[in-house]
Amino acid sequence: MARKFLVLGEVRDGSLRNVSFEAIGAAKLAAAGGEIVGVLVGDSVQNLGNEMIQYGADRVVAVENDQLKQYTSDGYAQGLLAVIEQEKPEGIFFGHTALGKDLAPKLAGKLESGLISDVTSIEEEGGNIVFTRPIYSGKAFEKKIVTGGVIFATIRPNNIEPLAKDESRSGDVAALSVDIKDLRTIIKDVVRKASEGVDLSEAKVIIAGGRGVKSEDGFEPLKELAQVLGGAVGASRGACDADYCDYSLQIGQTGKVVTPDLYIACGISGAIQHLAGMSNSKVIVAINKDPEANIFNVADYGIVGDLFEVLPLLTEEFRKLKVNA
Amino acid sequence: MNIYVLLKRTFDTEEKITLSNGKINEDGAEFIINPYDEYAVEEAIQVRDAQGGEVTVISVGTEEAEKQLRTALAMGADKAVLINIEDDVENGDQFTTAKIIGEYLKGKKADLIIAGNVAIDGGSGQVGPRVAEILEIPYITTITKLDIADGNVSVIRDVEGDSETIEASLPLLVTAQQGLNEPRYPSLPGIMKAKKKPLEELELDDLDLEEDDVEAKTKTIEIYLPAKKEAGKVLSGEIGDQVSELVQLLRSEAKVI
Ligand SMILES: Cc1cc2nc3c(=O)[nH]c(=O)nc-3n(C[C@H](O)[C@H](O)[C@H](O)COP(=O)(O)OP(=O)(O)OC[C@H]3O[C@@H](n4cnc5c(N)ncnc54)[C@H](O)[C@@H]3O)c2cc1C
Ligand SMILES: Cc1cc2nc3c(=O)[nH]c(=O)nc-3n(C[C@H](O)[C@H](O)[C@H](O)COP(=O)(O)OP(=O)(O)OC[C@H]3O[C@@H](n4cnc5c(N)ncnc54)[C@H](O)[C@@H]3O)c2cc1C
Repeated sequence: MARKFLVLGEVRDGSLRNVSFEAIGAAKLAAAGGEIVGVLVGDSVQNLGNEMIQYGADRVVAVENDQLKQYTSDGYAQGLLAVIEQEKPEGIFFGHTALGKDLAPKLAGKLESGLISDVTSIEEEGGNIVFTRPIYSGKAFEKKIVTGGVIFATIRPNNIEPLAKDESRSGDVAALSVDIKDLRTIIKDVVRKASEGVDLSEAKVIIAGGRGVKSEDGFEPLKELAQVLGGAVGASRGACDADYCDYSLQIGQTGKVVTPDLYIACGISGAIQHLAGMSNSKVIVAINKDPEANIFNVADYGIVGDLFEVLPLLTEEFRKLKVNA
Repeated sequence: MNIYVLLKRTFDTEEKITLSNGKINEDGAEFIINPYDEYAVEEAIQVRDAQGGEVTVISVGTEEAEKQLRTALAMGADKAVLINIEDDVENGDQFTTAKIIGEYLKGKKADLIIAGNVAIDGGSGQVGPRVAEILEIPYITTITKLDIADGNVSVIRDVEGDSETIEASLPLLVTAQQGLNEPRYPSLPGIMKAKKKPLEELELDDLDLEEDDVEAKTKTIEIYLPAKKEAGKVLSGEIGDQVSELVQLLRSEAKVI
């Protein structure tokens, strides 16, 4: 039986999110040569279909409706259910983003199906699609399979490689008209805080500050370094509790779990709850005054020193590198 | 107002995780209320105190969850329900848990259900939305503010750092995000009172559920611990030289820049 997987293309500010391309990559691994159908949902999204195809989708189904201008679980669920009904896929993949986390359990619930959340890798083993995901916020991992219903999965950003973009690929982008009604939640207002800079969960580089940063202003040198490296700023709970920054920046067991290529921890002691959220980063750098700080036990590279002295030098060094490159 | 809180018993965040026979080793571990569910309990108590009504805390698990339910009662919840699945279900998943909770809540006329946004052990964040879907009521996840007036609800939802203001009406399920409130500690009189508050224990039979009805839709085939990180290189010398060396190492050895 030929396999078929759907992938939701998540749109933010008019463009597709990188994690959606990673989800196509994930679906390719799962489908083992089968068909990948991209799905777009929104008020004006059909034009993004080609890009999904260039990243590996074979064709795209777009549901456009004025009621889908903003994400609501009711609206998107109606759109996606119509696509699932038409395509009858073996599985459907989402990014493990605010939207994916909110929507996928509703659909999986409706279809009485298994959903594997926060997937970091996928293998095909003897006809089974085996998903790996962290549990205990990364203190352990589990391998899971779906045994009932449609195979639902949400894919954690930054873990599964997208396919290289191939502009010569082409495929069908078809519209599906769906009647969207009875939205039970209404978005009245959106305040953008995160829009400055790169999203934490998708960032390749994270500069994180802890209580050692000492004040809201103390985050400035971190922001500068983040800017030079095209990264995002994160924080420990210590820094959030002290009101140096917003809780949305918190990394750890009760915050975001991140896996960037480079994580630079500044003035963070390395409490177990913090490590849970970042210790699976590819490369970890620690900057801390205290040579005994636990963060050095997980760091690949450490500098014992005052972050306010080290960071400006580091920023300067990277700046030079960029100019020379 | 008829308010329900979904509460999961979980490992203390201080605990290191070890395995025995391929399973998570629970021996000697400390257990707590899932931190996000503490926000849920606190919010439920505040809503009840403002609007009147009753807070019932529900947990699906084993007898041991009684301790966490008593803590929620000591915080100020009115009643607790423990759905003990120990003898009936071997391997449950989020479908299992949601189905059991959904079945229990059917016909209970819940006005407001508050869950945690995610359990810090299983970490899927599925149970809340799945329960709402079973009950055919709307839900809003990761909320940081909840206002209720005349059956109309206004909520602030955290969306990856952005804040959405959302309106809905009751009945509604919400899931709690950090920042929603400051959970209170149980007071001594609270702890005394909690001992006398009703804690009902149910099994699948009592919900007219068969094992087959709640059979998991996923299966765990292996649990493993991440490779232990080797201690890295702590640099030495003048700070300026350390910084240059670090940049060099990130480029040529780690190749991340
Ligand atoms: C239920 C629960 C959940 C939790 N969840 C999380 C979570 O998700 N994320 C999280 O991070 N924490 C979490 N915590 C808190 C955690 O236990 C720690 O309290 C917290 O991580 C400490 O933050 P910190 O490292 O910034 O502060 P501290 O432990 O105070 O460390 C500050 C560090 O800064 C260094 N320092 C000071 N000044 C300088 C300077 N000028 N230059 C360089 N270094 C300097 C110090 O040497 C020290 O090591 C949780 C706790 C509990 C109980
Ligand atoms: C019979 C049974 C057997 C199980 N066997 C295994 C096993 O073998 N291996 C394994 O890894 N896991 C097992 N589990 C646990 C199960 O897989 C999940 O941990 C559970 O379904 C919750 O999923 P989660 O941890 O991802 O929670 P999330 O979906 O992240 O939780 C979100 C919120 O839902 C609510 N919630 C979650 N769980 C409960 C609960 N139990 N009671 C009340 N409210 C809750 C809380 O408000 C929580 O904050 C079993 C569960 C059951 C019921």
